[in-house]
Amino acid sequence: MDELEKVILDYVRKEYLEEGDERELGVATPLITGGIVDSFSMVSLKRFLERKYVIRIPDAEATPAAFDSVRAIAELVEKLRGAPATA
Amino acid sequence: MAYDQKAQEHYRRELDAIRSAGLFKEERIIHDPQAVEIDVEFPAGEPVRRVINLCANNYLGLSSHPKVVAAAHAGLDRRGYGMSSVRFICGTQDVHRELERKLSGFLGTEDTLLFPSCMDANAGVFEALFSEADVLIADRLVHASIVDGMRLSKAAQDTFKHSDMEHLEEKLAEHLDKRFRVVVTDGVFSMDGDLARLDEIVALAEKYDAMVFVDDSHATGFMGATGRGSHEQTGVVGRIDLITTTLGKALGGASGGCVSGRAELVEMCRQRARPYLFSNSVPPVIVSAALAVLDLIGGSTARRDKLEENTRYWRGLLAEAGFDVKPGASPIVPVMLYNARLAQDFARGLFARGIYVVGFFFPVVAKGQARIRTQLSAAHDKAHLDRAIEAFVSVGRELGVLGLDRRQLIERFGP
Repeated sequence: MDELEKVILDYVRKEYLEEGDERELGVATPLITGGIVDSFSMVSLKRFLERKYVIRIPDAEATPAAFDSVRAIAELVEKLRGAPATA
Repeated sequence: MAYDQKAQEHYRRELDAIRSAGLFKEERIIHDPQAVEIDVEFPAGEPVRRVINLCANNYLGLSSHPKVVAAAHAGLDRRGYGMSSVRFICGTQDVHRELERKLSGFLGTEDTLLFPSCMDANAGVFEALFSEADVLIADRLVHASIVDGMRLSKAAQDTFKHSDMEHLEEKLAEHLDKRFRVVVTDGVFSMDGDLARLDEIVALAEKYDAMVFVDDSHATGFMGATGRGSHEQTGVVGRIDLITTTLGKALGGASGGCVSGRAELVEMCRQRARPYLFSNSVPPVIVSAALAVLDLIGGSTARRDKLEENTRYWRGLLAEAGFDVKPGASPIVPVMLYNARLAQDFARGLFARGIYVVGFFFPVVAKGQARIRTQLSAAHDKAHLDRAIEAFVSVGRELGVLGLDRRQLIERFGP
């Protein structure tokens, strides 16, 4: 797990897991399809990533599939960090 | 494009997928007025069965109350059937304004605006009042109509963990740069039956200069000492800026909803809320019956007291029998089973024994949180609940769930 994945994983744990939630959470754990994050509460994760990494995630890219695991989210962030500022 | 074979096949495949996922909803056909005992045909074509109803929102037992029905008849005679208009063209009668005034008095608010339903109130209120400069911060378990309404608004959105005041405070602090912060919550949560911590929410809202919005559909008429709602129960009457609620549950159960609260906010909804502007007035027959409901419950707490007593009695029966019951004080009493298939089998077993309940599972509730939601009514007698618990115990014994806690239920049946 790289640093980016670790930061995202820590945020997801803190933001979405309830106290006492014993579910294992790894970089490949399904977040949306696994019922950990829903599309309603996904907004805070998107905003966290945009602020932390100074990127803009277009709505077309902020899909449940793209946000379904920490690994997929990290890949999306990597892609957008490398993209021109207008992306 | 015509509705061609390609389109037909697409929708047939979608429907098949819903069926094979076990999510296909089938209506049960009721052959008499809404009540705590009803004649139900299910599945369609099967003989009608007499069952005890534990799944209606008929909290005060007023859906078919003779005085409410008589008021509806009288309203029909005096003010006619339909308005054939939206409110602001030629659809406002004296009874509409009278009901709005009475609802404001009952809820302890400055003004009220009727909507065709509370779904419509929630769909219209956020878009009418808030813009890009504002943020709506919602409890994660708010009703689906609030989620939809928030999405229709241009305001920024955020959520906090269910009833987690520490998390809410973090979010309020995070959004101090916004013009208006609005905390959005249900008063009583429809699936869990728990009460929002409105006293703490209001205190935080005052600390961070935020407004408070409460959907009190599952509380109006019975929560609080005189049934005003969750704000009365938590001691914050007059400190909630926006309340939405329904006439479709405790208050007669027909349809109709409202936005109630600060005068300017309600007036702005009258000017801007699209479901109010572009749909017909609540029919006079419903308005007239709702006025009678408010007269009935305004003069006596007997019905909400009986509902409270029934809730206490039912919770006691379930706990004594060894069911895993969500704690709370509202007449929504969820019996937790965690596994979706088990919840469906349990509901089916109960129906076969003359008890009408519904199993709820993902995506209506979170994954691994399947349950039977039972709902009490002031019209239930102890005899109904004694018969119901016999059936619950019988099915519970048959399926092997009695006395098991969450961990044991999940171990035996899966999440």
